[in-house]
Amino acid sequence: MEFFGPVLDGFNVVLDPTNLLYCLLGVVVGMLIGVLPGLGPAATIAILLPMTYGVEPVTAIIMLAGIFYGAQYGGTITSVLLRLPGEASSVVTVFDGYVMAKQGRAGAALGIAAIGSFFGATISIIGLTFLAPLVASFALDFGPPEYTALAMLGILLVATISGGTKIKAIIAAAVGLFLATIGRDGFTGAERFTFGNLSLADGIDFVPIAMGLFGLGEILYNLEERHRAANAPVKVSKVWPQRKDIKEASGAIGRGSVLGFFLGILPGGGATIASLASYAMEKKTAKDPSRFGKGAIEGVAGPESANNAAATSSFIPLLTLGIPANATMAIIFGALLIQGITPGPQLINDNPQLFWGVVNSMYIGNILLLIMSIPLIGVFVKILRVRAAILAPITALITMLGAYTIRNSMFDVLLVVLFGAIGYLMKKFGFEPGPLVLAFVLGSLLESNLRRSLLVLEGDPTGFFTRPISATLLVLFIFVAVWPVIKSGIEKRKAGSLASTIASEKEKENA
Amino acid sequence: MDAKHARHDSTEKSLTSELTPEPQEPEALTPEELAAQWEAEAAEPAGPIANLLSSLVVLGLSIAGMALSVGLGLGTPAAPAAGMWPFVISLIAAVMAVAQIIVGRAGGRDGEKFSALSWYAVIGFATLILMVVLMPIIGFEIPSLLLCFVWMRWLGGERWRSATIYSILIVAAFYAIFIAALGTTIPRLF
Repeated sequence: MEFFGPVLDGFNVVLDPTNLLYCLLGVVVGMLIGVLPGLGPAATIAILLPMTYGVEPVTAIIMLAGIFYGAQYGGTITSVLLRLPGEASSVVTVFDGYVMAKQGRAGAALGIAAIGSFFGATISIIGLTFLAPLVASFALDFGPPEYTALAMLGILLVATISGGTKIKAIIAAAVGLFLATIGRDGFTGAERFTFGNLSLADGIDFVPIAMGLFGLGEILYNLEERHRAANAPVKVSKVWPQRKDIKEASGAIGRGSVLGFFLGILPGGGATIASLASYAMEKKTAKDPSRFGKGAIEGVAGPESANNAAATSSFIPLLTLGIPANATMAIIFGALLIQGITPGPQLINDNPQLFWGVVNSMYIGNILLLIMSIPLIGVFVKILRVRAAILAPITALITMLGAYTIRNSMFDVLLVVLFGAIGYLMKKFGFEPGPLVLAFVLGSLLESNLRRSLLVLEGDPTGFFTRPISATLLVLFIFVAVWPVIKSGIEKRKAGSLASTIASEKEKENA
Repeated sequence: MDAKHARHDSTEKSLTSELTPEPQEPEALTPEELAAQWEAEAAEPAGPIANLLSSLVVLGLSIAGMALSVGLGLGTPAAPAAGMWPFVISLIAAVMAVAQIIVGRAGGRDGEKFSALSWYAVIGFATLILMVVLMPIIGFEIPSLLLCFVWMRWLGGERWRSATIYSILIVAAFYAIFIAALGTTIPRLF
C-alpha cells in the first residue's frame, strides 16, 4: 500500500478538471500534427512552450506529453491512407498499411494500429509505474562522476543515433554545450562570452532557442519543401477490426509493446527505432515472411504498438535520471526547468503529485486517443484537406506572438526569428538541431558535475574509472564513440538496412 | 471546395514540376520500390562546397571560442578556471570540423542543395523580420495580415480571393484569442 498510495493520489491530480482539459487539448493537438505532414512533435511542443507559463507545472507537462504520444497515433493515418508518413516513427507502417488500404482494408489497418498503439502505451505505462521508482532509487546514489558520465553518454547517443552524419551531429552538440556556457560562471562568478552585454549575463534562454531552431526553422524549411498534394483519401469504412484480424495481430502487438518499452528507455532510442526493430522482428518470426509488404496486418500492428510503447517509456530516463532520451524529451526537460522543477531521482519523492499525475494522465490520454482514432477517425481524415499554404502562416504567427508573450519582449521574438534562420541553415547543411538543443539543456548540468568530480578526484581523470557505475558508463561511451568507425568499415562491404535508411531520410525531414 | 483544391494543386504542380516527377507512373508498393521512389524525390545533397564552407565556419567559430576561453583562464584539471570547459568543447568542435572537411570532401549524402525554391524561405524570413520591425510601431494586425497574405498568395500558391479571405479570418481569430480572450499586451493598433 505504501507504494500504491502516491500512485493512486496521482489519479486525483489527473481527474482535476483543468488537468483533464489540458490532457484532452494535448492529445488532440498531438493527433492533429501527427496527421498533418510538416511539423513534428518536437517542433509543435517548442512552439507551444509559451502556453505553459501560465499554468501549473503538472498541467503543462500533461499537455506536452499528450502532444508527444498523440502524434504517434496521428502519424499512422497518413501512412496508411496516403503513403506519407506523418512522423518518422510511422515510416514502416507505410509498407503494409498502404497496401492494406489499397486492398480496401484501410479501416482494419487503422483500427488495429489504434488498438495496438493503445495496448503498447498501456503496457508501457504499467512498466513505467514499476520500473521508474527502481531506477530512481538506484540513481539516488549517483554522485557527480556518475552524472558526468551519464550526461556525456546521453548526448553522444542522441548525436550518433539521429539521422545524418555523426560528425556533424557531434559538432551540433558541441555548439549546444558552448551556448550553455554563455553567462555567469557558477563556480568562479566570471562572465563568459557576454561581451559586456547585460542581457547575456544570465545566459541565453532555452525557450527562444527551442522555438527558433525547432519551430520557425522547420516552418521556414517547409516553405520550400513542397509537400506533395494529398490525393483524395481512400474511403475508410469498418474501422473496427474483425476477430480474425485481431487474432492475427495479437502476437505482434504483444511483442511490439515489450520491444518498444525497452528500446524507449535507452537514450537516443525512442519511437522510430522501436518501430523499425519491431517490423524487422515480425518479419523474422513470421511463418511466411513473403507476406510482408503485401498487406500483412502484423506489419502494421507490431510497429505501431512499439512506437507508442517507446514514446511512453522514453519518459523514464527523463523523470528518473534527469537525462532526456531524445529531442522531444529535451524540450519537455526545458519546460520543467522553466517551471522551477529539476527532473532527477528526487522528483518521485519530492514531487509525487507531478510524477504520478503525469504518468497516470497517460492512461486517460490513451483512452481519449483510442476514441478519437476509432469512432472519430473520419473527422481526422477530413483534416487532411486543410492546405499547407494556409497552415504555414498560422503556425508562424502562433510562434511569433507566443514568443512575445513570454516576457513581453520584442528582443525574444527577434531571437526566435534569428534562431529560426540558423535552424533552417543547419538543416540545409546537414546539421541536426536535435543534438544542439539536447546538449544545450544538459550543458550546465554536465559542466558543473564535471568540475565537481574533478574537485573530488583531485584533478585525476582516471578517477572516473575507479567508481564502478561511472566506469561502466564511460566504457559504454567509448564504445559508442568508436563503434561508427568500426561499423562503417563493415558496412562498406555490406549495404545498409533498407528500412533504416528510409527512416533516417524521413527523420531528417521532420526531426 | 473541391474545385478550388484542384486548381490549387495544379498551380502547385506547375511551380514544382521541374523538381518533382509527376507521380502518375504505376504506384510503387513494395518497400524496395518505395525506398527507390523516396530516394529519387529527396532533395539533392548539399555537396562538397557546402560541406567545406560549413566545416570552415565551424572551425573558425571554434578557434575563436578557444581563443576567448584561453582569455578567461584555463586553470589546472584539479582547479579548473572559467575557460577550461568552453576550451575543451571548442577543441572538440574544431577537431570534428577538420574531420568533417576530410570525411565529407566528396560531398556525402547529407544536407540539401539550395534551389530556386530556397528563395521562398528567404522571403519567409524577410517577412518575419519585417514583422519584428513593424510590430512595435504599428501593432501586430497589419504586419500579420501582410505575412499571411504573402505566405498564402506567393509562397503557398493560393488564389487572390482565398488568400485575402483566409488572411483576414486568421488575423481576426488571433485578435480574438490573444487580445480579447487572453488579454495579452501584444502591441496592437486597435
